[in-house]
Amino acid sequence: MLHTVNKSPFEKSSLDTCLRLAKPGSDILLIEDGVYAAAVGTAVEQKIREAVSDHTFYALGPDLKARGIEEARLIDGVKVVGYGEFVDLAAGNERVQAWL
Amino acid sequence: MKFGILVNEGPYQHQAADTAYHFTKAALERGHEVVRVFFYHDGVNNGTRLTTPPQDERNIVNRWSELAKQYDLDMVVCVAAAQRRGIVDEEEKKRQGKDADNLAEGFNISGLGQLIDAGIKADRLVEFGD
Amino acid sequence: MQDGVKKFMYVNRRAPYGTVYALEGLEVILIGAAFDQYVSVAFIDDGVFQLKTGQDTGDSDMKNFSPTYRALGDYDVTKLYVEEESLQERGLTRDDLLDLTYEDEDDDYKEKSSIHIVSRAEMAELLEQQDVILNF
Repeated sequence: MLHTVNKSPFEKSSLDTCLRLAKPGSDILLIEDGVYAAAVGTAVEQKIREAVSDHTFYALGPDLKARGIEEARLIDGVKVVGYGEFVDLAAGNERVQAWL
Repeated sequence: MKFGILVNEGPYQHQAADTAYHFTKAALERGHEVVRVFFYHDGVNNGTRLTTPPQDERNIVNRWSELAKQYDLDMVVCVAAAQRRGIVDEEEKKRQGKDADNLAEGFNISGLGQLIDAGIKADRLVEFGD
Repeated sequence: MQDGVKKFMYVNRRAPYGTVYALEGLEVILIGAAFDQYVSVAFIDDGVFQLKTGQDTGDSDMKNFSPTYRALGDYDVTKLYVEEESLQERGLTRDDLLDLTYEDEDDDYKEKSSIHIVSRAEMAELLEQQDVILNF
């Protein structure tokens, strides 16, 4: 199952709810303001590091770039994808859940 | 594979309208079928042709219209949400006795059933919102 | 499951009134009920506030749509899943929620509760069983 999270983890609880309800083995794609969760040195870094062993994390490249988040600053294990790969992830999973 | 797309937010206010466009375009370019793009909540504002952004900014409404033309895309604006927010086609204009209509090219106004129908017909329904 | 019938789950995570999502989400559920699909509704996070008893919009001049939830049973929308953790976080118990029921035609039209309080693990499992998930 593909989960998308588009909220900053510093403003909304969408990421927490996603992590609470995503079964192990899920794909989690951070988009829009959700990509702020992908950077190192933040208050949520540890949360993502712990979840990386259970899930595969992706962050949308164009959204990272727009926000000035360099790929070198991403938490290990977070993969950068484009819109085309977003489509591939949606197609490759049986369903998509948007944690708005 | 068949995709259904749900857009819940208006243009310029929330990036969801942009992300939905880029996803839809990428899906079509990869050879997938998009059975319908359904606009709900403030997403109906993607369908007003009166949008006039500054010249150096993307025109989100025209972008949808062009995509619809290029790929013969079915773009449906929810009638109930549209009526609340003042998005009107020619038929609605007459029926409601309004002095103008504003639906952009490539969009159609129809009922919520079209969203459920898209969910039934598509292999994946992907939602973009706030 | 019948061929051509899909499992639709409507996920409500928003409080009523502050934004229009809950009201327009409910409209989707009511329209969707006519399509003879397998339907369930989840209430997670602030979505549980939609089911709170005692809503009165008389002084705020907004549409009070909480009575409409009572109609869901008549539309054969009888599986309403409320996440227990979301309730607890918000200081609510089952007694704070509307008493939503339906008549079970397979069981001599006995009146049964549509509301099922589920754990996070059960909710996670329910999400995995769906074909289409719509969030409002």
